[in-house]
Amino acid sequence: MNRLKALLIKEFIQMRRDRLTFVMMIVFPILQLLVFGFAINTDVKHLPTIVFDQALSQDSRDFQASLAASGYFDFIYTGNNYQQVTDNLQSGRAKVGIIIPPDFSENIKHGHSSTVQVIVDASDSMTASSAISAAQMVGQLKSQEVLLNRLRGYSGKSFDMPYDVRIRPWYNPDFVSAFYMVPGILGIILTMTMVMITSMAIVREQEHGTLEQLIVTPLKTHELILGKIIPYVFVGYAQATVALLVGILVFDLPIKGSLGLLYGLTSLFIIASLSLGVLISTLSKTQMQAMQMSFFIFLPSILLSGFMFPREAMPLVFNWLGNLLPLTFYLQILRGIILKGVGLSVLWTQVLALIVFISVVLTISIIKFQKKIA
Amino acid sequence: MITMDNVTKTFDHTIAVNGVSLNIKAGEIFGLVGPDGAGKTTIIRMLTGILTPTSGELSVLGATNPEKVKHRLGYVPQRFSLYGDLTVMENIRFIGSLYGETTKKINMLATQILDFSKLLPFKDRYAANLSGGMKQKLALAAGLMHRPTLFFLDEPTTGVDPVSRREFWQMLYQLNKDGTTIVVSTPYMDEADLCTKIAFMHNGRLVSCAPPEELRQSYPYKVFELCTPDRNIKTRLGASVILDINSFGEKYHLITANIPNAITEVTDAITTATIPITALNEISPTLEDVFVALASEVN
Repeated sequence: MNRLKALLIKEFIQMRRDRLTFVMMIVFPILQLLVFGFAINTDVKHLPTIVFDQALSQDSRDFQASLAASGYFDFIYTGNNYQQVTDNLQSGRAKVGIIIPPDFSENIKHGHSSTVQVIVDASDSMTASSAISAAQMVGQLKSQEVLLNRLRGYSGKSFDMPYDVRIRPWYNPDFVSAFYMVPGILGIILTMTMVMITSMAIVREQEHGTLEQLIVTPLKTHELILGKIIPYVFVGYAQATVALLVGILVFDLPIKGSLGLLYGLTSLFIIASLSLGVLISTLSKTQMQAMQMSFFIFLPSILLSGFMFPREAMPLVFNWLGNLLPLTFYLQILRGIILKGVGLSVLWTQVLALIVFISVVLTISIIKFQKKIA
Repeated sequence: MITMDNVTKTFDHTIAVNGVSLNIKAGEIFGLVGPDGAGKTTIIRMLTGILTPTSGELSVLGATNPEKVKHRLGYVPQRFSLYGDLTVMENIRFIGSLYGETTKKINMLATQILDFSKLLPFKDRYAANLSGGMKQKLALAAGLMHRPTLFFLDEPTTGVDPVSRREFWQMLYQLNKDGTTIVVSTPYMDEADLCTKIAFMHNGRLVSCAPPEELRQSYPYKVFELCTPDRNIKTRLGASVILDINSFGEKYHLITANIPNAITEVTDAITTATIPITALNEISPTLEDVFVALASEVN
């Protein structure tokens, strides 16, 4: 116990002396939250659009107005031929090209189907899918309108829509991107700092030769590992608190669930990330190697955890791979508590997963470490 | 106190220590001497429990696993191994408390040991800002916090100035007088002379193990010291009674077979070669002469 205390005192003194690192650990999350919270918007609107209207009729203008009203299309270019549409898409000035045929109004009047071509720049898939669904929606709504009018004209009675689908987007009714992003960024920041710091910590002792001195003392392996984990749990808490404060004060993030539970489960995630760092530390011989291995963890954490892309859309193998990352479970916990207000009765599988992760990783680290330098 | 019986340590394909057997008794200042790569550091690392021998038996303070007697061992590694971003005092307290000493005892001992090692005026200085000699004194001081009975030092004076070296050895003698057994490795022959017993290592093997005086007496040759401004002495004296020549600037040590009329033989050889001489005397062999002879025997 005395030995662990001595090690902790030493770590805190060193942490206090290394001001720059300490400041970076606190300022870094604030900057990242501000940048990503404002910059990342998954709901792509206001796509620059070029229209080549060959009909130039009341109906075609009406249809364009409906598209513009959806908020997804900004009609900033008008083309007079196909070549102009192609050029604008090719150069990237426009993301969407809309081509209305000369017989547009004729067809509608005579009860035929009128074809509108919507060309979408799918080199950016997120933009493309927004534009596609918006265009389809507008097309259907306009068709319904026309059909209902016709029915009324024939029968003289008014009709209601046979199916009335009403959408209620729960947990984030206004689709505020920041509500979705801030918890995710909090998880990413914690993963990055926690894994990186501990992965360097033990390797640094080895590189500086100080590990040799520690090995000849009666210090035990688990004491050394705990001594490297405990100080950074506090750093992790500080980061989480700063991130949540920025979320609440700047982005009006609602915390629907229990703050106590959020902190409790955050500590589990912090310990899981720190353990992963310790494992990297025991596997690498230099700080450079530790750094590279840490990066090997970061990218999958960002891509496979559900932070950027929905895990439901991933092929099965990658979905499983995501289950090996603590961030996957922590994101579910964060979004669950912050946005849905759920408790342990819902989140127990995620909690269990984190506990299993910590036990397995720490056990491997202690076995790997062995207190030998050979 | 320490016994090694046919201990071997191999790293991948290199044999660092090859079948070494030796015995270190309580109260000795035991010197591990030899050139770089002789296996000195590996032996110390095995005796302190950092490395496990590939084969052979060793016992330290009665334990076959040094892990069990760690609290009675002190160790100063070859490379400075304390924390540069901690002060002298903080380093000492940290190492002291790793050995489970109480704060009260640490405070008392720290002042005493820093005074002994003349580091007291620098107690609030960052270890990184100490000179090479002071760093080694700090390492020694930190290793003394738990009053070890057996103290290992791996080339403690490499890269340390001559004055600090002398002070450092005075501290070792003081410790030894107070009852600490000391095992020290060094590549310097003048330091080897300060030990009570020397083990000479070469290419992982133990070449000989005896007190310095005994080693000198067992030397099978005679040594003459020749002072001459001549630069080509080696080629000029090529094939003669002289077995080997070691140069020390303008001084040369001529090694001859231990024959009764060696002095006349050498004088004759030099006169025939017409080499100007300022002095020629028979001297008692230095440890360096002894080790050069021993090393060439092994090769």
